[in-house]
Amino acid sequence: MSPRARRVAGWVALGLAGLGLSAWLDGRGPGPGAATDRDARADRAASPDPVARGAYLALAGNCAGCHTARGGAPYAGGRPIATPFGTIHASNLTPDAATGIGTWTADDFARAMHEGRSRDGRALYPAFPYTDFTRLARADVDALFAYLRSLPPVDAPNRPHALRFPWSLPWLLDAWRLAYFRPGRLESDPSRDAAWNRGAYLVEALGHCGACHTARDALGGPSGPALGGGTLAAQGWHAPSLRDDAEGGLGPWTVEAAAAWLATGLDARAVATGPMARVVADSLQHLTPDDLRAMATYLKALPGAAAPARGAPRAGAGAGDAALALGERLYRERCEDCHGPGGEGGPPHWPALAGNRTLAQASPVNAIRAVLHGGFAPATRGNPRPYGMPPSGPELDDREAAALVSWLRATWGGGASPVDAREVNALRPIPVE
Amino acid sequence: MPTPARRTARRARARSPARRIATALAILLGIAGVPAAGSAVPPDTLDARLLACTGCHGPQGRSTPDGYYPRIAGKPAGYLFNQLLNFRDGRRAAPSMTWMVDGLPDAYLREIAEHFEASRPPYPPPPPPAAPPATLERGRRLVVDGDPARGLPACVACHGDALLGAQPAVPGLLGLPRDYLNAQFGAWREGTRRAMAPDCMATVARRLAPEDVAAITAWLAARPVPADARARDALPATLPLECGGLGR
Repeated sequence: MSPRARRVAGWVALGLAGLGLSAWLDGRGPGPGAATDRDARADRAASPDPVARGAYLALAGNCAGCHTARGGAPYAGGRPIATPFGTIHASNLTPDAATGIGTWTADDFARAMHEGRSRDGRALYPAFPYTDFTRLARADVDALFAYLRSLPPVDAPNRPHALRFPWSLPWLLDAWRLAYFRPGRLESDPSRDAAWNRGAYLVEALGHCGACHTARDALGGPSGPALGGGTLAAQGWHAPSLRDDAEGGLGPWTVEAAAAWLATGLDARAVATGPMARVVADSLQHLTPDDLRAMATYLKALPGAAAPARGAPRAGAGAGDAALALGERLYRERCEDCHGPGGEGGPPHWPALAGNRTLAQASPVNAIRAVLHGGFAPATRGNPRPYGMPPSGPELDDREAAALVSWLRATWGGGASPVDAREVNALRPIPVE
Repeated sequence: MPTPARRTARRARARSPARRIATALAILLGIAGVPAAGSAVPPDTLDARLLACTGCHGPQGRSTPDGYYPRIAGKPAGYLFNQLLNFRDGRRAAPSMTWMVDGLPDAYLREIAEHFEASRPPYPPPPPPAAPPATLERGRRLVVDGDPARGLPACVACHGDALLGAQPAVPGLLGLPRDYLNAQFGAWREGTRRAMAPDCMATVARRLAPEDVAAITAWLAARPVPADARARDALPATLPLECGGLGR
């Protein structure tokens, strides 16, 4: 494993901040926001005022995605983040002296971001992705700190984590850090242009995309190529590979199209869903067009990596003719009014299913989730009134939903493997905290 | 069975010359796996945008009293908007609804609420009463008179003499499935359905015995709804309890 890959470690596939997931669908996307929005964002991103710059960086890093509880005060923590090892509760980042970081110094904050240690020296769980934040420039860390210090203090005591034995043993965390955590800033690569280097910084450090898009081993350390795709076991989502063009790779995309997608989650080829929809709405849509182009430039230049075997039927999991016939009948009854008799859809809002990369992924979980739970595309400046898909979970039993997804994968997923009723049943609970 | 909105959209797509040309081109060029450019354009209507809502709540939000999903058509927009916020912000524990509205901005949620308030599909006849006459009479009395000895206000004191709600944010109580009504009382008691403070319905629900709830919901669910059903234009001048989120 390369040192870079090791540095993209996180204890778990975690929280909404970096949950990266996209269902690949067809359509034309609205562009990034209006000129005035762009100007305001660019002004803030380049502001000499560290508070303004920190506000921009906090959006780019989606700090609030984890550190704001549902319906709670911004940055006051308390959000539960499910991991395969138990539940981590995000901490209060407001400058409250008793319960937040009101008594912290800039050095304390930099130690947390760069070394993963709290003010009292205790090691932090890498659900907080310091494995990525360690690469941030000190000036940016200081700007983030200045911004957090400017927030209204909120009295909100941190909730204790609820890790299962043996993961609650403190020395295990020390061992994990020895194995997986490599502190150090991201060096720019002089052989690459400024956009690529800026993109590397946004993707690998601030945006911590690898927290979801890199596979994890049984201990939560990175186990595959960086950004090579990961499964969010505790949430039940698949974060597609950003290297493999058959999953989420940007090979066939232009930089402009990819940047526009990051701003809206909506494009001729894909609509963001699940955790990635929140990343688009809460974080990426607020980035400057230059920064989005930089991210696209870096992602597009990622070398390809061998994808997990796709479409190989698993023993005993074959969908019989009867199941496929049932799946097609259900599609004709429930789906084709919007998605079209030939899967052509009505892009971008009614996604095409023909050529849809979600259906071809080795992991069927995103397609199953779409069928069971439906949902809206992310609401953004470019698409403030998104279209929504009805959930079929309440009306289909497990066998029917499995037949429908199996038929979709067989028809438009390049012969991807069928799914069975147990896989559907396991994804029935809706993953909202 | 396709909803009217879907059927309309489908007809519109089928008529589109652009779609026919694009389909023909795609076939001629033999582009396998590449979606046809110029596929149908989804109608720019709230009916089309909100198929995710009507999938469960029925065409135009009309769901019938013999299932679980509540009718949303015609409820005051302030009430519907408050509930969308309550789902999004975690005051109501209903994962399927929280999932739907997660991340949707206030402006869109208000537009959705106003869209369904303006929807006026006819009410179906109620199901036959599901309780003996004595129980129904107990329910009727609690709804109309309350029980002052136990500090229980009458439902009509806030929800209107006709039980059709009051602008801007008090919902009507008729035309709803009994299972849904029972579940709401349970959720208020358990704290899994909350409203902006002060949460008056939680207070009421905790003063009710289970037999009271059964009687109230049996009577409400069996009431016919008049054809011209509308919420009152305004709340009564005085309310028996203070309630949050009513815009007073």
